[in-house]
Amino acid sequence: MVMVQRIGAVTLFLIDEMGRMFIFLLRALAWLFRPPFRITQIIKQLHFIGFKSTFVVILTATFTGMVLALQGYYSLRKFGSEGLLGSAVALSMIRELGPVLASLMVTARAGSAMTAEIGIMRITEQIDALETMAVNPLQYLITPKMVASLLAVPLLVSIFDVVGIWGGYIVGVKLLGVGAGSYWSSIESAVEWKDVYGGILKSISFGLIVSWVCCYKGFYTSLSAEGLGKATTDAVVLTSVLILIWDYFLTSVLL
Amino acid sequence: MIKLQGVEKTLGGQHVLRGVDLEIPTGQLTTIIGPSGEGKSVMLKHMIGLLRPDRGKVLVDGVDISRLKEKELNEVRKRFAMLFQSAALFDSMNVFDNVAFPLREKRVVPDVEITRVVQDMLDRVGLGDMGHKYPAELSGGMKKRVGLARALGMGPEIILFDEPTTGLDPLMARAIHDLILSMHRVFGFTAVMVSHEIPEIFAISDWVAMLKDGKVTAMAPAEEFQRLNDPVVQEFISVDAAAVH
Repeated sequence: MVMVQRIGAVTLFLIDEMGRMFIFLLRALAWLFRPPFRITQIIKQLHFIGFKSTFVVILTATFTGMVLALQGYYSLRKFGSEGLLGSAVALSMIRELGPVLASLMVTARAGSAMTAEIGIMRITEQIDALETMAVNPLQYLITPKMVASLLAVPLLVSIFDVVGIWGGYIVGVKLLGVGAGSYWSSIESAVEWKDVYGGILKSISFGLIVSWVCCYKGFYTSLSAEGLGKATTDAVVLTSVLILIWDYFLTSVLL
Repeated sequence: MIKLQGVEKTLGGQHVLRGVDLEIPTGQLTTIIGPSGEGKSVMLKHMIGLLRPDRGKVLVDGVDISRLKEKELNEVRKRFAMLFQSAALFDSMNVFDNVAFPLREKRVVPDVEITRVVQDMLDRVGLGDMGHKYPAELSGGMKKRVGLARALGMGPEIILFDEPTTGLDPLMARAIHDLILSMHRVFGFTAVMVSHEIPEIFAISDWVAMLKDGKVTAMAPAEEFQRLNDPVVQEFISVDAAAVH
């Protein structure tokens, strides 16, 4: 009986939490189309989410491309198909690794900071202060972050893809001796526009997930340092899991 | 002007307010006292619509603000300002921008006027040369004064003070009280203050109300309140005064 009660309580909690999350998302998105449009705030967030994530994205993209080329080369060599290394690296990058890994990096760097920033504003009553000044906190704090995330993540993913392919080039062509011509021509023949569109579509939806979940967790944090720490951890874990689950469903539709 | 009728509120499973009836006299400074955790701040947040009651009404000039939609509520809020316990300054902005923020948001003052109004408010609270500082660089008392300047900048009809002297030393607490009183006299706003500073509050308040067991159990003009023949009131004000001294 106790077990049934627990399952019931957990189920009700999850339904309640999901409902709150969706209402939060819809209310924040509704402010996309209603003035005032916070251009300055959006630019600030673009700088924070986008520009400041560039270094970590380039770093991870370089090594991802390099390791992909290394693994791919030895696998393809067994079949005498080293010439396809470029297409293997590029397709993996553009379709999967670029969107997923870049989004996870943004989650770790900017998403956690969003949760902490909004959470601290909640704990120190800054969000209440906004409301008392007749300023909607969703419109002022959350919507600019969502817009910036929707714009920044696809751009970061594009950088990730390009840098990753060059990382693969360094290892495949410069270190392992694959011909530069075959590396690039295999990319040209294998990569189609729909692969690129698919990757961009994924990155836009991942950008939304990052800002949505991380802002939500900060906005509804419990009012203690411990609660904020938990909210930040929850935000990173939930965002990462949702990105991977959503990636599977999107891939199954896009393929 | 502000009237609470049978306000009840449960938070986190705790029945905090259990039928609060209270009328705030217009243009006067009313202080709400009572034991910690009795819901004084919760009651204050109801007055400005930050919380909505489970039961009862919160009337501002006869309009029940707990039933208003956000847009309508924001119109009512334009008549209010609130000084929070933690001052609630935006830590990403300097002092000047904090004070200017509501003016820029509500666009009630032309842009060219904002600088003059902000400087005037900062001068009034004695922080005229601190506009460039960030909240993290200020002491507790300075933060409260900036919070007061921000509240005053809008020229509100009503200001709510949530324990404005918490965490301050006695001298600074007295300075903040004096500042609130002098600003109240200059601007003539209706003030509602939650405070534990007994007996100081009797010197600055026009009215004092006591919240106990989720209800307002006593309310009287400040001088009269001290003489109330109510054992709970007498016990509270004598214990708190003894604790202060």
